[in-house]
Order: sequence, then C-alpha cells, then structure tokens
Amino acid sequence: MSTLRFAWRYLWARPLAATLNVVLLSLGLASIAFLLLVAQRVEAAFDRDLAGIDVVVGAKGSPMQLILSGVLHLDVPPGNISLEAVQALTNSPLVAQVIPVSLGDNFQGYRIVGTSTDYVALYRGVLTRGVLWDAPMQAVVGAAVARKLGLQLGQRFVGSHGLGAGGHAHGDSAYQVVGVLAATGGVLDRLILTDTASVWKAHEDYSAADDEDRKAMEAEREVTMALVRYKSPLAAVSFPRWVNTSTEMQAAAPALEVTRLLHMLGLGADVLRAFAGMLLLTAGLSVFIALWNAVRERRGDLALLRMLGAPPGRIATLLLTEALWLGLVSALLGLALGQIFVLALGWMLGLDQSLLLAGALWPLELLWVPALALAVSLGAALLPALGAYRSNVLQLLQSR
Amino acid sequence: MIDSKDVQFAYSGGARLQFPDVYLPQGGVLLLSGPSGSGKSTWLALLAGLVAPGAGSLQVAGQALGAMGSLKTDAWRAQTIGFLPQKLHLSAALTVQENLALAFWAAGRAQDRARIFAALDDLGVGDLAQRLPAQLSGGQAQRVALARAVLMQPRVLLADEPTASLDDAAAQDALHVLWACTQRLGASLVLATHDARVAPLLERALAEKGLAPLQRLSLSATPSKGRAP
Repeated sequence: MSTLRFAWRYLWARPLAATLNVVLLSLGLASIAFLLLVAQRVEAAFDRDLAGIDVVVGAKGSPMQLILSGVLHLDVPPGNISLEAVQALTNSPLVAQVIPVSLGDNFQGYRIVGTSTDYVALYRGVLTRGVLWDAPMQAVVGAAVARKLGLQLGQRFVGSHGLGAGGHAHGDSAYQVVGVLAATGGVLDRLILTDTASVWKAHEDYSAADDEDRKAMEAEREVTMALVRYKSPLAAVSFPRWVNTSTEMQAAAPALEVTRLLHMLGLGADVLRAFAGMLLLTAGLSVFIALWNAVRERRGDLALLRMLGAPPGRIATLLLTEALWLGLVSALLGLALGQIFVLALGWMLGLDQSLLLAGALWPLELLWVPALALAVSLGAALLPALGAYRSNVLQLLQSR
Repeated sequence: MIDSKDVQFAYSGGARLQFPDVYLPQGGVLLLSGPSGSGKSTWLALLAGLVAPGAGSLQVAGQALGAMGSLKTDAWRAQTIGFLPQKLHLSAALTVQENLALAFWAAGRAQDRARIFAALDDLGVGDLAQRLPAQLSGGQAQRVALARAVLMQPRVLLADEPTASLDDAAAQDALHVLWACTQRLGASLVLATHDARVAPLLERALAEKGLAPLQRLSLSATPSKGRAP
C-alpha cells in the first residue's frame, strides 16, 4: 500500500514533468480511443441501417451515392426512376420484396421519405404514439425529428423542396403528423415518413400549371429508388447484372458499397493510427527521460533507501510504480478525452442525430487504451528501474 | 559490538585495502579518521553489510557479515544499523513524517506512527512533522535525519562527518544529541570525521559516564595493487 503512496508522492514532486508526460501520453491514448470508438460506431451504424436490404435499384450513376442517399440518408440521390420500371422489378421471380423510396423534400432539414409502410417494418420501427399513414399527406415522424422539432400528433407542417433546410415551401400541401416512432438508434430516427403518393401530390400541387399538366405528370410518376430483398441469395449473381444491362437503372449492393466505403475510411484511419502511434512513442520517450532524470537526481536518496535496508528490487518497484501511476492517470484521461473527441466530432459534423448518436459507449475494445498506457509507461520505466536497481551505494556514500 | 580481523576489501579494479583489526564492545565509541581516499566510506559500507569483506572476518552486533544472502543482509541492516549520512538525503518530495515512514517502507514493515512521533519528539522536532525538508533549518534537518537513523532502534549507529561545516556551538549541539541517542539505545557508535573538535567532546562525555574510553581507528593505508601477503 505505501509503495503506491510513495510512488504517487514522488511522481507529483516534479509537477511540470509529470503533467507534461500525462498530457503527452493521454493525447496519444485519446487518439487511439477516438479511433476505436468511431470505427465501432460507424460499423454498428452501417450494420443497423443496411437492415437486410439486398440491393438498391436507382438511377444510373455512382453506386455508392445511391447507397449513401437511399439507405444511409447522407447524400443526395443520383436521379429518379420511373414507377413503371419499379413495378417491373416486382414481377421478377428473383425478388421477394420491393420497397419504393421517394426523396426530394425536407422539413427543417429532416428528409421527407415517401415510401410504403413496409419501410417501417424493414427497420423494425415501433410506434410510440398514433398510427401509420393510410392516406397521402399523413406523416409518421422518427424519434429524433419529433424531439428536435417538437412535432405532436395532429400537428400540420409544410415541406420544403430539396434535401436540406431552406428550399421553396410547398405552400398548398401540408402534412399532418399521425404517428411518432420509438427511437431505434438508426436512420429511422431522423426521417419523416409518408406515403409515396404524398410526395407526388406535393410536387404536382406545386408544379402543375393546370389540370392537363397534372394529368401528364401523373402518367410520368417516378420514385427515387427501390429497396429490394431477394427470394434467395442466388439472385445476387444474376439480378444486379440484369438490372444494369437490360434497364435504364443500376443496382447497387449496400454490403459491397459499405465495405468499399469502410476500406476508404480505413486508409484515413491508418494515417490517424500511425499518428497516434507516433504520439505514444513520443510520450514513451518523454516518460523515459523524466524517469531517467528522476533516478539521476534521486541517486543519493535511492542509495539511502538501500542504507535503510530496502532491497534493490523494492527500490526498482518504487520506480515502476511511479510509471504505473503515470500510465493509469493517462489512461483515464485518455479515455475521457477520446469520448469527448467523438462527441465533438458528432457535434461539428452535425451528426449528433445519426451515425455518432448517443453519449458515451464503452465497447470492450477500449481495454486497448489502458493496456497501451501500461505497456508504454512500464516499458519506458524499465531502464531507469534497472539503473535504480543497480545503483552503487558505496560510490554514492563517497561522493560528497 | 564490532569485531574485525584481517578484513580486506577488494575493489573492482583489483586493488585491495587492508583494515586494522578492531574490537569495539557494545556501547563503545569508535572514532574513524583518515584523509579522503583512505577507505572511511568503504569501512562504513563494510560495517553496514552493503559490501562484503574480500577476506578476513567481520562481526557486527553478533552477526558474521559476508555469510548471509543479500536479502537477509538487507533485512539485518534495517534492524541493526542506523546511519546518519553527511549529506542528509531527506526526500524533498516527502514531509518529515513521510521521510521517517520511508524507513519503515525500506525495512518492509508497516509504518508505526506512534514510533515516528516518539522519535521526532525525543529529538525535539515533533512539531515539524508536516513540514517539507526545504522548510527546515540545517540543525532541524540533521535532527530529523537522526530520528530516521534511530527509528528502528539499531544496535550500531554510523555517523559520517556529523559536525562538518558547523560552527562550534552547533557542532557541540549535534554531538550532544547524537550522544544522547546512542546512550538511549545502548548502541555502539562509529563516527567518521576529520574534525578535531569531536574527539575531546566525546572523551569528556564518556568520562562523565565512567564508560570505556574512546577508541580510534586511523586509516592511512592506500589501496595496494595485487594480493596482500
């Protein structure tokens, strides 16, 4: 017990060096914690939001854009596809389910998604209040939307054109909130869901000059994309190829695109990891220098401990314990800083309602942080401790 | 009690130092003198069991040194030897009380607060327990270091130049306190010094108590190359 106490006192007897080392070490550890947490959350968020969608069919363009816009709701879609073509998909013997998704409007920055009620079932959405829509212009709002905008059942609101806040308001067609979903932690929380027909109605009300115009628009109705589930995994071989070659549309597999995305993010993560490694190495060197100097400064004191009967091992242990304290304090600080960095990133990117949702998570991988802290601090203390172990008492008694 | 016969110390370079035979009964006082480099520190280190004699026999407080393992010797030293170094080596990071607690830690024993305060009070520095060494005067610091040396009630007290760089009054005071401690413990005292003021003061103190006269060990030998005959 008192070894811990004395080591603690010796550590803070040099407040400047101790603080510098704690700061260096905890910054390195915070970077590691940050990387672990972000990687863990991004992967968890992707897994959740892919929700068993086998393939997404949409307008030709970047397949990743299609996934980012239609599944993760992070990007704008490449274009629209005709309703007719989507209906044709339904007839394919390979397809078990087709869920249309229509994007284009928002309410105060939250996307209004025109779809079928199957979409709610796909994400296992549960209503906390109200019912699902059964007619156009009825809306079911996600938990985050309801909370942030204070939307209540029965309340009416008017969507704006575009996917970000600030577009033209569709003045004539107001939505009415008929249901509020429970929080899922996934993409559903930040969407406003409505019937596909609502989106058509909102646009036709807004754009059509007269009844004839409206009729023409009705004939050319479009959706943004279709989320498709296969009847059998074998469909993955032929269905996308069929879509890509025989139709005006493209098929993108979310699993494939997300893997590609994570791989690209992974390059950035590697750079960050290397940077964190450099920080840890610097911290380790700094701890080494500090302890080395401490041993030199305290050589006489350490020799006196020998004189008082302390075996060399006990003196070396004292020094290692000092490093242990340093590692422990830095690990705690590094973990706290890592969590703060993640929250700050979420806040800066405005993602507090999406990928980096919710406060602190403590996945098991975070055990790497204290493990690294102890490895670095004890590693740095090894040579100084050996020096203390071998201190020549006779020489120190002679030096006056 | 100290009993040495034909004690030699072998330096790592191969040079050997021969020490005169000494017999000091328990409670006796030995004055160790000699120019620097004559082996005073080596002699103190030998008595403390920090280094083993290369030849000859050395008994301190009934224990033959050089025969025990190093851990046993360390434990023996913690119990038996009190050491007052010239440079006091009070840990600057620790309070006076903690500096004494460090002696218990070094001995591998649970600290005994009552004993720490008793030792400080005996030396008249009990009220300084919470101060840091930097806040002590030279005399106070030496008393604290002495309290640390006698904390484990050693049988042998080693003092290295306790009066160096002190004026007459302070030197007299330092010796007085050291002597009082030695008497209280019934310990043997080995005092390394080349301060001429020390011998007369100690002689007078011994005579007053009717004790055996002061013994002197004057080292002049320089290390000899090769084996001694």
